[in-house]
Amino acid sequence: MKKLVILGAGTAGTIMANKLAPLLNRDEWSITIVDQFETHYYQPGFLFIPFGIYTCRDVKKSKRDFLPNGVEVVMSVIERVEPEKNRVILSNNAILSYDFLIIATGSKITTNETEGLTGKLWQKNVFDFYTVEGACHMADYFKHWNGGKLVINIAEMPIKCPVAPLEFVFLADSYFTERGMRDKVDIHYVTPLSGAFTKPKASEILGNMLEKKNIRLTPDYSIERVDNEEKKIISYDDNEIDFDVLVTVPTNIGDEYVERSDLGDELNFIPTDNHTLRSKDHENIFVLGDATDLPSSKAGSVAHFEADILTENFIDAIDNRELRAKFDGHANCFIESGFGKGILIDFNYDTEPLPGKFPLPGIGPFSLLEETRMNHYGKVMFRWIYWNMLLRGLELPIESNMTLAGKKL
Amino acid sequence: METRVISGKTIEIDTDGNLADHTVWDENIALELAKELGIDELTDGHKKVIHYLRDEYKSSGEIPTMRKIGKKSGVDMKELYKLFPDGPLKKAAKISGLPKPKSCV
Repeated sequence: MKKLVILGAGTAGTIMANKLAPLLNRDEWSITIVDQFETHYYQPGFLFIPFGIYTCRDVKKSKRDFLPNGVEVVMSVIERVEPEKNRVILSNNAILSYDFLIIATGSKITTNETEGLTGKLWQKNVFDFYTVEGACHMADYFKHWNGGKLVINIAEMPIKCPVAPLEFVFLADSYFTERGMRDKVDIHYVTPLSGAFTKPKASEILGNMLEKKNIRLTPDYSIERVDNEEKKIISYDDNEIDFDVLVTVPTNIGDEYVERSDLGDELNFIPTDNHTLRSKDHENIFVLGDATDLPSSKAGSVAHFEADILTENFIDAIDNRELRAKFDGHANCFIESGFGKGILIDFNYDTEPLPGKFPLPGIGPFSLLEETRMNHYGKVMFRWIYWNMLLRGLELPIESNMTLAGKKL
Repeated sequence: METRVISGKTIEIDTDGNLADHTVWDENIALELAKELGIDELTDGHKKVIHYLRDEYKSSGEIPTMRKIGKKSGVDMKELYKLFPDGPLKKAAKISGLPKPKSCV
């Protein structure tokens, strides 16, 4: 009996389990999936919680409900992986040996990398929206807030869902406008990037939107610490910015067992071949989703496209064949822009986000790099698609590799 | 490809104004590029960072992140900003004869 072990039952791990379970012969293969948490969070929904659009209950379901029959589920912290011995050690010292390992343990925020972040203002005037707790505390706070300086700061790149902080300020603009207090809220976007976003065309268009919405932008800002007494953030080059509410996107890291296993880089992301998704160091380990060090976005859409590629390559790998499917870095992101509108971007390693129509060239219904109501409906519908189709590994009408059709160069 | 004269040598540069070929780099070129960026002298601290960046680039083909430089080069983050004010990574890469670092996505 051959053994496949999947680490992580989040978006990427769950899709892989659902795709591979029907393809692997049950008489020859056992599949085990390991995760430490029972709850599957719809992470794109966290963004909506501070503004009362979703509640905390709208974003959770049980992980087990999305895993296929015949896959053994182990709920445990991972102590370490021993790639030379082809085995995983769990926190209770139980040993899982494997023939092939798929790593999908994602990324998470750590508050330890910025001094003062979790000081006395933490979850009182300093919030995050990358955890359900942070998003819910912020929702309670905003309900009764009278306004002031709202600073959104990204500690460092890379972060999960790099457009989320922009969506946050767009939604904040919309929320405080609708509550009739936008003139009392000074929204300030403070980023380590040189502009609103990473890619030139998108950065220009999104930068213009910040200006139009009267949101201040401070680029090239690298935070050193938070001063809880004076309510300000201070950068390595001593640029001080005052806040009444600080919304932080802290440093993102991979899971700690990656460090214990000496599998990752300085942020616990695992060196992975950009195209085949095989670990750079170990032939029988594959990595997908946020856990990789790929120069692609850390986003659910990327995990989904990677899962299509990895399914093909995994079948090649177990047959000892060359890996033929190549991931192109494809990402597809809906960006909520407030007031019931949204923007859509579609890009890969080589092609930056471009204007056009998607997914049907010339028709749409979605518009790329343009604010429309239809794009917003796309994002709203997506929660249903996520739970009912995407996690279950069903085909969606979007190609895994990006296409230039319908895009204006 | 465009060329320009740096410290008496004709050198190819890329569209960002960085050296197109890092192997033609030497310390005189570094000093001239540094001066253009408002850094008048290359101290031991600057040199530590430059040599770290070049060694990393040669072995991995990639420019290390600020975090990695701060942890591994022997010069911490605070010092990096003092040595290369306003965008340490971009400036240090240019002075080191390397391409402009790709920002993350």
